[in-house]
Amino acid sequence: MAADGNMKPAKKLSLKENYAMLTRGLDWEPTYQKKEDIFRMIDFEGIKIHDWDKWEDPFRLTMDAYWKYQGEKERKLYAIIDAFQQGNGQFNVTDARYLQALKIFLTGIVELEYASHRGFCMLGREFPGAGPRIAAQMQSIDELRHCTTQIHAISHYSKYFEGMANFPEQFDRVWYLSIPKSFFEDACTSGPFEFIVAISFAFEYVLTNLAFMPWMSGAAFNGDMSTVSFGFSAQSDEARHMTLGIEVIKFLLEQDPANVALVQKWIDKWFWRGYRLLALLATMMDYVLPKRVMSWGEAWTIYYEENGGALFADLARYGIKPPKYADVTIKEKGRVSHEMWSVFYANRDAVNFSTWLPSEEEMAWFSEKYPDTFDKYYRPRFEHWRQLEKEGKPFTCKCLPQLCQVCQWPCLYTEPDDATEFLHRETEYKGETFHFCSDGCKDIFADEPEKYVHAWLPVNQIYQGNCFLPGVDPTAPDFNPLVEALKYMGLKPGVDGGLLKDSIDAQRWEQWTSRPANIHEGAYTDFVRKTTNG
Amino acid sequence: MPVKAIAPNYHGDFKDTQDKYHGQQLISLCWEKHTSFGWPMCMPVPPEMPFGGLIEKVIPHIFGDHPDFAKIQWDQVQWSTSKGPFVPDPAKSLAEHGIKHKHQIRFRTPGLDGHLGGG
Repeated sequence: MAADGNMKPAKKLSLKENYAMLTRGLDWEPTYQKKEDIFRMIDFEGIKIHDWDKWEDPFRLTMDAYWKYQGEKERKLYAIIDAFQQGNGQFNVTDARYLQALKIFLTGIVELEYASHRGFCMLGREFPGAGPRIAAQMQSIDELRHCTTQIHAISHYSKYFEGMANFPEQFDRVWYLSIPKSFFEDACTSGPFEFIVAISFAFEYVLTNLAFMPWMSGAAFNGDMSTVSFGFSAQSDEARHMTLGIEVIKFLLEQDPANVALVQKWIDKWFWRGYRLLALLATMMDYVLPKRVMSWGEAWTIYYEENGGALFADLARYGIKPPKYADVTIKEKGRVSHEMWSVFYANRDAVNFSTWLPSEEEMAWFSEKYPDTFDKYYRPRFEHWRQLEKEGKPFTCKCLPQLCQVCQWPCLYTEPDDATEFLHRETEYKGETFHFCSDGCKDIFADEPEKYVHAWLPVNQIYQGNCFLPGVDPTAPDFNPLVEALKYMGLKPGVDGGLLKDSIDAQRWEQWTSRPANIHEGAYTDFVRKTTNG
Repeated sequence: MPVKAIAPNYHGDFKDTQDKYHGQQLISLCWEKHTSFGWPMCMPVPPEMPFGGLIEKVIPHIFGDHPDFAKIQWDQVQWSTSKGPFVPDPAKSLAEHGIKHKHQIRFRTPGLDGHLGGG
């Protein structure tokens, strides 16, 4: 080029060209190794892909743009968290009961972000197409960021309140947390196509609104600016993940007609597994949040029946049907949170959050939101238990549950058409009996029994004597497997679990804030009684 | 298909076979209609335990606090497993009743359908 003073730089690439260079231009056909040796996991599931270039990433996000956007969001998020901490924001939440929701979130959800990060890492390695590989890598980074920012957003509470410091250990050991844990382990041990249908479509696209909207609105409504800021920071990522989910489905369905049956099977399976996982959320929304955003029943109507209905109507042109047993979820929507809270209350000494009974005012709200079920089945139960509490002998469950071999929930659900009958489903495989919480889980087992026969079921492991700390002698005459199992889970009496009114968090909350630890129950301690009766 | 796996003929080892329970077996016990108990109860018991021991010791310990419990007429109780109804013999063992590892024993108490409708 002549040094004539007229040097013009090459034209800057458009975002679309930049993305194409990144996802197509940087890829190459291998010559030293066979392609099937490099991408070993891509064929065994039976999905057929003819042209990876047909993949259209709807966001066409390039690396430089990604880092810039995410960096800006991080700076805003941490500025808010700093301000929250300096302003003693932990005392501006509704009450100490709200903190129990945070404990469920921290132990039940945060680790799933990490598990999801691992799953998308796997896809970022295994997909032969550069487009989806880049998308999976970015989502993997997103999920890791969500995990760390959630931990940071909640860590401040851990300086003041109990029960949050050991969340990774609890995730691995507390019995009911095997439910979220096994959900992602099932997904991560599937092939790459099942994983992406499971997580990107069935979970992120169909169900994540249910997890995200009510939880984050609930945080905002209860004055938790730290957690809600995380929610805003993650929202644009979630939008991208959801769009990836729908793109994946359309790509798979358009590639080969033989893919339709497999995709349908995975939608059925993962919709059901995701729905069962969300039962934890149903409980949180209806029973734990002191100020409620909406009921679980309302949320299911809006986010699944209406939104999901429109989605599956749209997918009908590919031959995809609404998920199997969607009708059961609708039949269960007036029951699931009440059934769930009943077992958490009755087993309150074996969980990592405190419980309580709903107040008169709360039960009136349930009667209004659940006119067909609450007064008939659950109000009499809670009133009876309230009476037992007054008599000083609160109801406690005395035995561990029979667990579902697939989702690992206790078999606590009732017949879809009769809320007074326990639902019994079992099967015999190679001479051994396996129990299930539902037809949905039974079908999943029947399709791949060899995957679930070696599920690590907490109750069964406790009884085998595998859940106690080193040095404990299970042959000692005073050995109590249940007490030792609680120690193994890291649950301390009076600190984790139990009744909220007896908990150390409630005592301290009232001492520090002079406000009731549970706005629905009035004062637990003299610190508040002095103020309110003043 | 037993499982979709990269390796052919993948076999998952059973995690809960009876030999892992130190001479005992798991059973589940469910008092039908009494949903306030939350779930069918799972516990290890010796296979040679007489059925009468289940009725006299195990069941009262777990379910005894319920207002319906004292009203149970034991000769009226309907017993069943997933294989159908049976009439227990208190003197005979669980094994002699054909109750195997991880089997579920259900009992129904007609007329006692849970406290005030609340299970």
